[in-house]
Order: sequence, then structure tokens, then C-alpha cells
Amino acid sequence: METYTFLRQFADSWMLLALFTFFVGMVLWVLFRPGSTETYEDVANIPFRHEDKPAPERQPEES
Amino acid sequence: MGNYIKLIVLGVITVLALIAANYARDVAYMVNALTVALVAAGLFLWTLRRTGEPVAAVDLSGEYMDGPVRAGVILTAFWGVVGFLVGVTIAFQLAFPVLNFEWAQPYLNFGRLRPLHTSAVIFAFGGTALITTSFYVVQRTSAARLWGGNLAWYVFWGYQLVIVLAASGYLLGATQSKEYAEPEWYVDWWLTIVWVAYLLVFVGTLMKRKEPHIYVANWFFLSFIITVAMLHVVNNLSIPVSVFGSKSVQVFSGVQDAMTQWWYGHNAVGFFLTAGFLGMMYYFVPKQAERPVFSYKLSIIHFWALIFIYIWAGPHHLHYTALPDWASTLGMVFSIVLWMPSWGGMINGLMTLSGAWDKLRTDPIIRMMVISVGFYGMSTFEGPMMSIRAVNSLSHYTDWTIGHVHSGALGWNGMITFGALYFLVPRLWNREGLYSLRLVSWHFWLATIGIILYAAAMWVTGIMEGLMWREVDANGFLVNSFSDTVAAKLPMYVVRGLGGVLYLLGGIIMCYNLWMTVKRSPAVKATDHVVPAE
Repeated sequence: METYTFLRQFADSWMLLALFTFFVGMVLWVLFRPGSTETYEDVANIPFRHEDKPAPERQPEES
Repeated sequence: MGNYIKLIVLGVITVLALIAANYARDVAYMVNALTVALVAAGLFLWTLRRTGEPVAAVDLSGEYMDGPVRAGVILTAFWGVVGFLVGVTIAFQLAFPVLNFEWAQPYLNFGRLRPLHTSAVIFAFGGTALITTSFYVVQRTSAARLWGGNLAWYVFWGYQLVIVLAASGYLLGATQSKEYAEPEWYVDWWLTIVWVAYLLVFVGTLMKRKEPHIYVANWFFLSFIITVAMLHVVNNLSIPVSVFGSKSVQVFSGVQDAMTQWWYGHNAVGFFLTAGFLGMMYYFVPKQAERPVFSYKLSIIHFWALIFIYIWAGPHHLHYTALPDWASTLGMVFSIVLWMPSWGGMINGLMTLSGAWDKLRTDPIIRMMVISVGFYGMSTFEGPMMSIRAVNSLSHYTDWTIGHVHSGALGWNGMITFGALYFLVPRLWNREGLYSLRLVSWHFWLATIGIILYAAAMWVTGIMEGLMWREVDANGFLVNSFSDTVAAKLPMYVVRGLGGVLYLLGGIIMCYNLWMTVKRSPAVKATDHVVPAE
């Protein structure tokens, strides 16, 4: 089979399916993963934590 | 030891650049070679004066690396004003052709200044803003100092050299005639090296992050860096005619070249002017509003949807050309689908203010950021609409396109960058606040009215000329000649130029305000820097 025809068929079938599956999987993962809401609430606050200087080498224990 | 290697390399570069200047086949190449020689020789002397001197070993791992960010803030403001000034100049050159002065031919005519304007605003102003803010944001959200030591400085100044070489080359006639990718082969090669170093610094910093999660702004910045690398390399596949000349020949030809160009061109919009600036939005809007982003889930979906869809939208630039119909239909459909993630992102940015809308009254910086996100929404609605084949048959080749680009560039990219600069300067120079919030308000209104004049003039003139071009009489003959449309456009061209003047004025006021902030604003009182335990 010609390279062009092969790539074209591949792009229209398996690659399309793979990308689409990844995308839908990502949406489901983000929206419905147990505990995702709490995780994202926490990480949304990252910009407010280390304004002035980097975190020290050893992370203080989470309290 | 390191300094001796540097000296050898810099010396060799200087000599080679001088040899290249001597054999140069064209003026642009000669001037660029001399520029490189000058820079390399200057760096040689600078390094020489430091060689053999004792170096104090200071542990800087406990501080952020803000040197390149400070330099970047200054140069962003500078390139902004330069780019706007060239834009105003060419706007009036279109309105009054006499401004293409005979004595300055061909160097300062519209044809040479136009790429200088687009590159100055997109790559000099926008690119410097992106490098600067990405360095600032990635450090703060990773809680780690930039990786690679002085590599960040190399990235910063290396990118500035790209700008200088490209700009001087344009005026002297070096261009590979690809829109937004005009720089010739050697500038492209140099940018590739700088860009790889940029990727290393960015990813290196992410690798040593102290936050377990990579904040969403960094995802956008990273996709911008990686995608621009890919676009740049593929679109600039060209073979130089001579190593001593600026001319090169593209590897692709015909419709393949056109498709590659607009795959590049539209994704320069998508990943340079959108993804990168969204990285800014997802950091600076929450910071200035002092509340986290409206929905972090939405921001992740926004990210993946944007990068999955944008990459296919390029063919809508090539409706009714030799490009196969299926390809331009694909581009059109993906452009329309793209409307959704764009508006998702806009809603996410705007709703970050929910519960703090009163800040719009009191804080002109947040007002700037909000109108920027508003313009993002407006131009990402206009764009999909214009990509529809039937609409495009009216809008293509008219000034409607120019109006669309500028509502995005002046409104979205410009305003969010101004907001970021106003945010950064007091923090980087350790000031309590800006010199004058009133001047920020002046800037806000001048810029906003400027954009409205610009966009409205271009809508009117674009639709008018589109309709004039397609008007036929009862016998099927065209009613208007091209010069009829040009004559009819004069009033709108003048209004557009005035809009540009207002926008430029706003930029100058910003520079004054930022300068006075550093000079006059009271410094933050020193505290004992006790970090509260978490």
C-alpha cells in the first residue's frame, strides 16, 4: 500500500479512535474521579503558597 | 576553566562572523553578521574581564531567579511601545501613501515596515512577555528556583538577539516571505537553539518542583513551548542558497507549502498568542483577584480541548484555493468546535471574580485583565464565524481580517500583558504599590477606546470592500474597480490610525507609570521573613 493511503486510513480510523478515547477518558477522569474535587480545590491554591521564596529542601510535615 | 572555553568559543564566533560579513552576498546578511560579531566580541571582553577574578560562592537555591524577569519586564514594555509605534506608522502610510517617503525607499516603505510591525508586537512584545512571565510563574507555582543557572539568561538574551537580527534583516530586505515566519534561515537556526534551551530551563524547573502537582498555567506554557518548537522547525525547512547569503529556498512548494504555512500560522495564534497567554491568565487573574481560579476542573478540560482542537484549524486560511475541499472543511469544522473550549476558558477567567466583582470598581489592574478576557471571548467567537466558508468568501482578503486579528492582539494579548506588567513591577522592585492607579485608569480607557475605534473601523471597511468586490451589474460585470474600494476606505483608515495613536499613548503612559513606580514608590518595609508553618 502507498504510504499516503496507509497514513490516511490510519489517521481516519485507529488514530482518530485513540485520540478520541484519550480525550473522553481525560474528561471522565477529571470530572468523576473519586476525590478529584478535593484534590483540585487544593491545587487551585498553588499560586498563593510560595510568593517570595522557594520551598525549603525538606517539605514540612503536612498538618 | 569554564571561562577559557567560553573565551575560545566567543573568539571563534567573532572571527567567523567577521569572515561571513566579508564574503556577504547581500547587505542584510552583512549587517546581521556584523551584529553577531559585535555581540560576540562584546561578550568576549565582558568574560575576559571576569576571568581569573575570585568568584564568591553564594547559595542562591533559597531565592527565586528574578534577574531575567526584571530585564524581561523592561524589554516587554520597550518592545510594546516600539511595535505600536511602527503599527501607527504603517496605518498612516496606508491612509496617506505620501508617508512612504522617497528618500527612505525601499527601507521604510509599507512592505518592509509591515513585517517589522507584526514581528515586533507578536515576537518581541508578546514573546518577551511570555518568556518573562513563564519564568516568573513556573518558579512561584513550582516553589523552585529556575533550573540551569545562567541558562535562563542565555535564553533571554538569545531571544533578544533573534529579534534584533530579524528586525534589521527585514528593513534591509531579508525575508523568506512566510507570514509571521519571515526571518531567514540562520535566524531560524539560532532561534531553534535558543528555544531548546528555553524548553530545558522550563522542564528542568518543573522536574525539581516542590509542589507535587503541576499548576495548570505551566501546562499551558509547556504546550506553548513544545508546539512552537515543532511548528517553527517544520515551517522553516529551507535550504540556503549560499552560506554567505540570506536567501533560502523552501523545501515544500505549492499547496503543500501553503498548508504548512497556515498550519504554522494558525497555531502561532493558537499556541503562541493563546495557550501561552492563557498561562498568564491562569496565574495573574487569580493572583490579582486574590482568589483561586473559578473551576480547576474546567481549566484542565480547557487545556486538553484547546490543544486537541487548535492544531487542526489552520486550513480555514485556505478556503477556495488549490487545497482539497475536505481539508478546508476539516479546518472549518474544527474552528467552530474550538469556540467551546475558548468560551469555557473565558468563563473560567471571568468567573474567577465571582464574589469579588466590586474589585472591578476599585482596581484598574483587574479591570484590565477582565477586559482582556472579554476580548479573548469576543475574538474567539468572531474567528470561528469567519472560518465558515460562506462568511470567509466575504471576509477573506478584506480588512475585516485585520480587525479580527487586532481585537485579539490588542485586546486579549496586549491587555493581559499590561495587567501582568502592572502586577509584576511593584513585586519585582519591592515596592508597596504602583506609582499611580489613576494613570492605570487612563491607560485602560485610552487602550479600550483605541481598540474600539480600530475594530469598528475595520469591520465597516472590511465588509464594505468585500461587498464592493463582489458587486456585479445586470450583465454580470463587476461594478467597482479595486481603486474604487481603496478610495472609499480612506475615512476608516484614518479612524484606525487614530485608534492606534490612542493605544500607543496608553502604552507610553504605562512606561512612565512603571518607571515612576521603581523610582518613587515607597519600598516595602523589611520584615523578618518568617514563613508560617503550613
